[in-house]
Amino acid sequence: MNLLEKLDASAAARKALLPDGVGAFGIPIEEVYSATEARIGDRRVLLLGTNNYLGLTFAPECIRAAHEAIDKEGTGTTGSRMANGSYFGHRSLEREFADFYQCDSAIVFTTGYQANLGTISGLVGPGDTVLIDGDSHASIYDGCVLSGADIIRFKHNDTIDMEKRLRRLGDRVETTLIIAEGIYSMLGDQAPLADIVKLKNAYGCILLLDEAHSLGVLGETGQGLVETTGLLKEVDFITGTFSKSLCSIGGYCVSNHPQLEQLRYVSHPYIFTASPSPATIASTRAALELLRKGSHLRKQLWQNCTQLYTQLKEVGYLLGPHPGPVIAAIVDTPRQALLLWQNLLEHNIYVNLILPPAAPEGKSLVRCSVNAAHTTEQIKYVGDTFCKLRSLVC
Amino acid sequence: MTENNYNEIMKLLCDRLEGVSNSNVQITSETNIISQLSIDSIKLLNLIMEIEDTFDISIPINALTDVQTVRELADLVYKIKSAS
Ligand SMILES: Cc1ncc(COP(=O)(O)O)c(C=O)c1O
Repeated sequence: MNLLEKLDASAAARKALLPDGVGAFGIPIEEVYSATEARIGDRRVLLLGTNNYLGLTFAPECIRAAHEAIDKEGTGTTGSRMANGSYFGHRSLEREFADFYQCDSAIVFTTGYQANLGTISGLVGPGDTVLIDGDSHASIYDGCVLSGADIIRFKHNDTIDMEKRLRRLGDRVETTLIIAEGIYSMLGDQAPLADIVKLKNAYGCILLLDEAHSLGVLGETGQGLVETTGLLKEVDFITGTFSKSLCSIGGYCVSNHPQLEQLRYVSHPYIFTASPSPATIASTRAALELLRKGSHLRKQLWQNCTQLYTQLKEVGYLLGPHPGPVIAAIVDTPRQALLLWQNLLEHNIYVNLILPPAAPEGKSLVRCSVNAAHTTEQIKYVGDTFCKLRSLVC
Repeated sequence: MTENNYNEIMKLLCDRLEGVSNSNVQITSETNIISQLSIDSIKLLNLIMEIEDTFDISIPINALTDVQTVRELADLVYKIKSAS
């Protein structure tokens, strides 16, 4: 098979999962009306498949800051952080992140994907080991591959399994990086952080926690799982993204280890890419301020999550173990998932469709993401529609 | 580790692969794990975890880049087990 034929073969495998004409992936959004509504084709749909957890995509403070930055500093930095791309805004945002996490250093990356690539490949290399959760995000896997370290997986959220693998590593634990996520994006479940911290201390490893989905969502000030568990000081490195609760694009890593600064000189995903645009940085800074003060947004978000999670559970949908902004209905076959997804769209509700092997355990997911801007009525409509369609996936 | 151990590893791999494969291909040491057995990447990674537990070893998943056939997987497991 030549290179192009290999792509044809993977296209054929995709078509076998999705009949012709069903554009479940990369669906064209024609117009965006608000944090909760958009137009797909000629339908006005409710958006239940975005990562806009605090509903800040149209926050006037963020829009104003972005406009001002474009007017003052132009559309792009046209260079790397290492060269001409470290403006006052980039450095300020780093200080603000360090202050937010009450820690010494923060680095801003161009995307959250690169924050993981850059941090992991900066921390470990050939001969070292990364011990990662089996359900880790692709950016974590790719960061590990880029690093050249030995990659060992443990069973998702299973610290007994994790300890077994740590024990097998013997002396190699000294150069082992453990990686977990605050909230996992597939089922919305949270890492057992207290047990992970116990093990990392017992074995003397370094711990990296990706708070991509938990930033702004968990904790009184929105720090994430480190805040709800009171374990901020126990986690060595925290990475995260601007592309979810902060409603822009970019990523960060924070730490109390002074060695974090060295990543600026060794980490290719930090060095060999242009820095975030001035408008991106400005809206992110404004959003971080709203996030920190946003307990009312978190309260509304959790009210919405609990309402939908409870309603779907009551009518018998199989869901992830923790209620939260990511609510995934787990179904047995891709066909059932596709049918439910299509019917929801016909009822003007857009959610995410996730098919194997992206979904865990060979299952398929119809995944909702709830946000703070959804009204009680909107959430009720979504819940009622799921109830009406329940028989499609029985 | 002896030849017997190697054969034991090979037999165990064939049995486990048969369990997770979606195809009716007769599994031999030369069978290509991904292309002939239609085993997706995650199923293979989960199988590796099981094999780690069976032999009480660590198999780094990056080592799988050199593995295409059942024999190559058996060689890898044998090499790690022998060194442990
Ligand atoms: C757990 C996790 N980490 C990292 C990322 C990457 O974030 P970004 O969108 O900023 O590249 C994502 C986003 O999909 C994610 O879910």
